[in-house]
Amino acid sequence: MLNAIETRDLVKRFEDVEAVKGVSLEIKEGELFGLLGPNGAGKTTTISMLCTIQKPTSGSAKIYGHDVRKEPDTVRRLIGIVFQEPSLDDNLTGKENLDFHARLYKVPRKDINQRITQVLDLVELSDKANVIVKKYSGGMKRRLEIARGLLHHPKVLFLDEPTLGLDPQTRRHIWDYIEKLNKEKQITMILTTHYMDEADQLCDRIAIIDHGLVIALDTPQNLKEGMGGDVVTMKVSSGSQQLKTRLEKLDFVKSAQLVNGSLRLNVDHGETAIPAFMDVARQEGITVPSIGLREPTLEDIFIKYTGREIRAQEAEGSFASFHAPGRR
Amino acid sequence: MSNGGRMVFASDIYSIWLREMLRYVRARSRLVTSLVTPLLWLIIFGSGFSSSLRFGGPSGTTNYINFLAPGILGMTVLFTAIFSGMSVMFDKEFGFLKEILVAPVSRTSIVLGKALGGTTQASIQALLILALSTFIGVKISGPLGIAAALGLILVTMIFIGMGFVGLGISIASRLDSIEGFQVVANLLVLPIFFLSGAFFPVTSLPEWMKVLVNINPLAYGVDALRFAVTGLHTYPLMLDLGVVLGFFVLMTILGSVLFRNVR
Repeated sequence: MLNAIETRDLVKRFEDVEAVKGVSLEIKEGELFGLLGPNGAGKTTTISMLCTIQKPTSGSAKIYGHDVRKEPDTVRRLIGIVFQEPSLDDNLTGKENLDFHARLYKVPRKDINQRITQVLDLVELSDKANVIVKKYSGGMKRRLEIARGLLHHPKVLFLDEPTLGLDPQTRRHIWDYIEKLNKEKQITMILTTHYMDEADQLCDRIAIIDHGLVIALDTPQNLKEGMGGDVVTMKVSSGSQQLKTRLEKLDFVKSAQLVNGSLRLNVDHGETAIPAFMDVARQEGITVPSIGLREPTLEDIFIKYTGREIRAQEAEGSFASFHAPGRR
Repeated sequence: MSNGGRMVFASDIYSIWLREMLRYVRARSRLVTSLVTPLLWLIIFGSGFSSSLRFGGPSGTTNYINFLAPGILGMTVLFTAIFSGMSVMFDKEFGFLKEILVAPVSRTSIVLGKALGGTTQASIQALLILALSTFIGVKISGPLGIAAALGLILVTMIFIGMGFVGLGISIASRLDSIEGFQVVANLLVLPIFFLSGAFFPVTSLPEWMKVLVNINPLAYGVDALRFAVTGLHTYPLMLDLGVVLGFFVLMTILGSVLFRNVR
């Protein structure tokens, strides 16, 4: 079967930086696919190329077999986009925003009103149709943008950080819509996010992107199982580096990282590992105020592949983007 | 970004125009303030000088308020049109431009839609000024008769309107901040306005000023408007219309070319 999206060695170079360094992806029809990574990893640039907003420096990208470079118009009619930053006309009503979009995408005149009603129902904004968008809340604007992205019946919907800056309750709400759309309408969806829980909850498959490269690609389940075993986290008052060196040598320890002063150890069996770890700590004369055991999360996988915590990156990234808006 | 050899469709132009008009209707306060300034010029300067002066050119004279009225019409069109290029800046600032740019619509359609929107607004405002000015003594007294004069006024306004919106869009395409746009637009607007013959006859000016007037497209627009209102004129009517038409075509092309590189 034809892949919904296919990229080969996709590269985007800006004047001084290589934002995307060779991304190859195959995304099947109906899949909900996640691009996960810290800010500045190349997620938005990858999506921009798939959406024909930016031209690839080299490599190819196809949407249902249509090359983004050679057939931008065909591609644009096949896709819907929900941008990272707001892109609504605040001075128009919700309905007027949708009507404008429908006209530009050549939705048949006689179908426009019916489709507007449908998509507004879907995101539960029917009662706000004739309200000026200025008066919408952040979550309502996002929902309206999702509705707009669906108006011309795209086969692929791109969602760039769909829940960025929204409160937890609204985020859940948006997740529900995304899941519903994907399941009921069979729309292929590509979603970028730097929220681990979002990717874990929603996506069929995830590509972890860092520094412009895909460093892992699988289902959330397989990624977690591939990591295997349990994660033991130890808070150490001092000598954490020394303890790490010792513990790494144990044969049941698959990997060890120092994250924010505490040790994260990936082991086969946490229950038997903990007493062994405590013995080593005692021999070294290191006190361990607390120790924890849990199943691996996507966060651990990200750390395993990148050696960094995504949240630390996020803070760094938003600081950078505060100084240089529009770089993404 | 590539234009992909996209076609210009009347329906696309109409959609862009419709949005500009919806926004215009929503901003009623802007409509009122934009009427006040030209009316003040006309009432205070017009009535002030009318009491003691008669103005005109080689083709005759009239009282000052009739002489000034076409100039004020030209001014209204000039200001409204150039600053409607600002809508491109606002779209950039608030992210809406992305929605327009990724749609399967040609850049030329976008520019034409926006230019028509700005021109419609400019014409509505100028026609309102014309209607209101009849209450303070302005009369259409040219040789054309009312209907033909109104037709000429409308055609002239559309040409200069399209031209100056095109100029506004060109400036907006090259700049990144609303403040920058305002600075550049203001620097252009005042000399264009002052050297258009809106205030005074341009026949007996010093040579250096005459040169500047002769290369100012608005001077020809004001001349055609003045002919329609009073029958007075400096240039032949066909030259007036030719220049403003050429200006309109040139600016539309410039706007489309520069807008193509907007991201």
